[in-house]
Amino acid sequence: MTHYVKAWILALALVLSPAAVSAQDALPEAPGTEAAPAATEAADSAAESGEAPAEAAAPAGLDPALYTPMKPTEGIGMPVNKGIDFQQQFSATGKQAKWINDAILIPMMFGVSLIVLGLLLWVVVRFRRGANSEPSKTTHNTFIEIIWTAIPVVILVIIAVPSISLLAQQFEPAPEDALTVKVTGYQWYWGYNYPDNGDFEVIANMLPEEEAEARGEPFQLAADNRMVIPVGKPVKMLITAADVIHSFAIPAAWFKLDAVPGRINEKVLQIDREGVYYGQCSELCGARHGFMPITVEVVSQEKFDNWVLANGGTVAGEEEATDADEAENTETSEAETAAANDTTEDAPADAAAATN
Amino acid sequence: MTTITADGHIDDHAHDADHKPAFFQRWFMSTNHKDIGTLYLLFAIIAGIIGGAMSGLMRMELAEPGIQYLQTWASISNGGEASMDQAYHLWNVLITAHGLIMVFFMVMPAMIGGFGNWFVPLMIGAPDMAFPRMNNISFWLLVPAFLLLLGSAFVPGGTGMGAGTGWTVYAPLATSGSVGPAVDMAILSLHLAGASSILGAVNFITTIFNMRAPGMTLHKMPLFVWSVLVTAFLLLLSLPVLAAAITMLLTDRNFGTAFFDAAGGGDPVLYQHLFWFFGHPEVYIMILPGFGMVSHIVATFSRKPVFGYLGMAYAMVAIGVVGFVVWAHHMFTTGMSVNVKMYFTAATMVIAVPTGIKIFSWIATMWGGSMTFKTPMMWALGFIFMFTVGGVTGVVLANGGIDDNLHDTYYVVAHFHYVLSLGAVFSIFAGFYYWLPKMSGRMYSELLGQLHFWIFFIGVNILFFPQHFLGQQGMPRRYPDYPDAYAYWNQISSLGYWIMLVGVAIFFVNLAYTFLAGRKAEGNYWGEGATTLEWTLSSPPPFHQFETLPRIK
Repeated sequence: MTHYVKAWILALALVLSPAAVSAQDALPEAPGTEAAPAATEAADSAAESGEAPAEAAAPAGLDPALYTPMKPTEGIGMPVNKGIDFQQQFSATGKQAKWINDAILIPMMFGVSLIVLGLLLWVVVRFRRGANSEPSKTTHNTFIEIIWTAIPVVILVIIAVPSISLLAQQFEPAPEDALTVKVTGYQWYWGYNYPDNGDFEVIANMLPEEEAEARGEPFQLAADNRMVIPVGKPVKMLITAADVIHSFAIPAAWFKLDAVPGRINEKVLQIDREGVYYGQCSELCGARHGFMPITVEVVSQEKFDNWVLANGGTVAGEEEATDADEAENTETSEAETAAANDTTEDAPADAAAATN
Repeated sequence: MTTITADGHIDDHAHDADHKPAFFQRWFMSTNHKDIGTLYLLFAIIAGIIGGAMSGLMRMELAEPGIQYLQTWASISNGGEASMDQAYHLWNVLITAHGLIMVFFMVMPAMIGGFGNWFVPLMIGAPDMAFPRMNNISFWLLVPAFLLLLGSAFVPGGTGMGAGTGWTVYAPLATSGSVGPAVDMAILSLHLAGASSILGAVNFITTIFNMRAPGMTLHKMPLFVWSVLVTAFLLLLSLPVLAAAITMLLTDRNFGTAFFDAAGGGDPVLYQHLFWFFGHPEVYIMILPGFGMVSHIVATFSRKPVFGYLGMAYAMVAIGVVGFVVWAHHMFTTGMSVNVKMYFTAATMVIAVPTGIKIFSWIATMWGGSMTFKTPMMWALGFIFMFTVGGVTGVVLANGGIDDNLHDTYYVVAHFHYVLSLGAVFSIFAGFYYWLPKMSGRMYSELLGQLHFWIFFIGVNILFFPQHFLGQQGMPRRYPDYPDAYAYWNQISSLGYWIMLVGVAIFFVNLAYTFLAGRKAEGNYWGEGATTLEWTLSSPPPFHQFETLPRIK
């Protein structure tokens, strides 16, 4: 019986999937594990000394005329005190997933649990020895057995249809001109590369408690540097790791993808509201697994461009980097702007150094 | 299920059936399935105390935000002032050890080694297991395995003492990420425990296929025996894959291979595929014998045969078969392609169907019955409801697109504790109370049994239900500390632990009562509802039983 059912569901899944079948064809080949960029080694050795996380690139170093960190909104992009539900969603796929949960899965869970509980209570009351001293001898009833096989199948199909289309939606590839951000997980901090913008790297360590408080951010969720992306635009996220497996997660965007050394995982991130969103490493990665938060700041395109410039990066259409400190940086950046999409493999040490 | 009656006369007194060997020979060189079963149960209880104490330490630490105790504990195990990183490492050691102990040294030995050894031969009318000496090896391999795992906590494992890799031992954290002998010891521990289980599985399959009493066809076999048969096949087919995976880990660690090292052409995700090809059948290994026990208990206390016997048996077979083709739903966020995610979503949901058949069949067994609510029945009823709750969150997690948010959060922790801590453990307690008088010859205290059930039931629900909320809010698992927003539900959860602990304490009091003051149990103390062959014997059964094989009509 169940083999049947399985074949049916699989057939259904396949019928529903053609739209997405080829979505992953363009997955980039994984290069070999790369060495951590030079700039991160300093952070690494500081981290090993067991003291407070290294200040690889304090925002204080960024030109305040170009960029000032945005304040988070209480209860948005972060867990809320005593909260029981999912975090409010700010991406299209996140809203879709939340809808599936609220409209289909939650009623299914409560429905099934309450039916089972109701039936249990009924038999306990109705068929207790005091109420029914002579047990029946019934051991079969083909009709009811078919019913309780068929109804779960119907329920599962009702779940599978939107669930499969959600998957297809989540795997839609980024448009050609989408901004690329390369995320690298390290023990125990994150690195964000912007290959389209001169391939500068931002290193993000957890903020110590006092500093998080001083900046009005939640401790253990706030990082000293943020991954900044433009609002309402698909961003091509390339996610990898330098040492062990980490996982990059933003609960408010229903986004989670493992950072695996030797692989580059790709997924589109689009957040439709300006603001600050927090996440935490979601794959056990060693001692300080719990202390390498992800802070994403979503800003207007204009603010994003300024943030890029403040980091010494290049903005599309412009040829020069604004960071005048390093003359030779201009050359590298130009070369990289030309190379645009295939520079993710070797993060140049000088570009990374520019963030220091 | 067909009513089974022993045909003819079962001779359990007189002659030499009760001539027991001397202490050392009896307990250390045993070839008797009941004694080995007892050893397994004792072992599981000891491992359960240790693994449960570890979860107590973790719930203490998590009761409030901030690091309260970890550093102190780490200082003890390090033998000197521990750094913060060593404290965090100790956390990872605790989560790793708790998982491995509860899976390999508590649930599996209790269900398969303990109840399986005790009752499979009794229920099929066999004098013993097919390979009695191998049975003894199976048990004694577990002891060094457990000692290796416990010992690993006192040798270097990278940042601090002990293996802090998680019970899944993912590469490269478990290879290049953990320097020192601790992880090697943990891997060897798994090798031994795996070998023990494979030998046990071979023994059960041979016993069940060849040693059933005359007249007992497969379709007349008690459901518990069916469940152990399916479990044994799952063990036999999945454990070699684990053995291969962790052997490759070992050679990656020590002999310069690069199976899971990308820099050498390997792939860390390959390890996850191999691990979960074992790991998913493993979760059914931990629950199927429970299904079998609950079926007997529900039938006994409803005074009615199991409803839809064949459906029940083949639902377990179906769960076992489908359980082998759903493993990658544990890996939805590793970067699989969309087609793979769709397949594993669909295949995983299919398992809900045979599971549903079982739940409804148990209810139908009670329907029209004449129910009493002795302690084993309370645990079985609790099992049915709590397993349903754990099952429906499983359907949520089965959806690859939904799981993107829930993967590796406390929602997953809540889900698998509902099916294990409230599923498997409830069925173990159900089976324990059901058969304790049969095994010991003495009745337990019904009052203490009921108290144990209710306090434990309330405790574990307070402990694990709020973890769904934490998971939905985004709290990742395996974290020693958390942002303030998660404090409230963590505190409630920790409170639940202490309530549960009171329940466990009552269990031990009851155990002591049973052996010190319990009244003598008759052969069939549950009465007419209990129809399988073990009830035709005395309590406890003679040292050797069924020297004249019973005939099944």
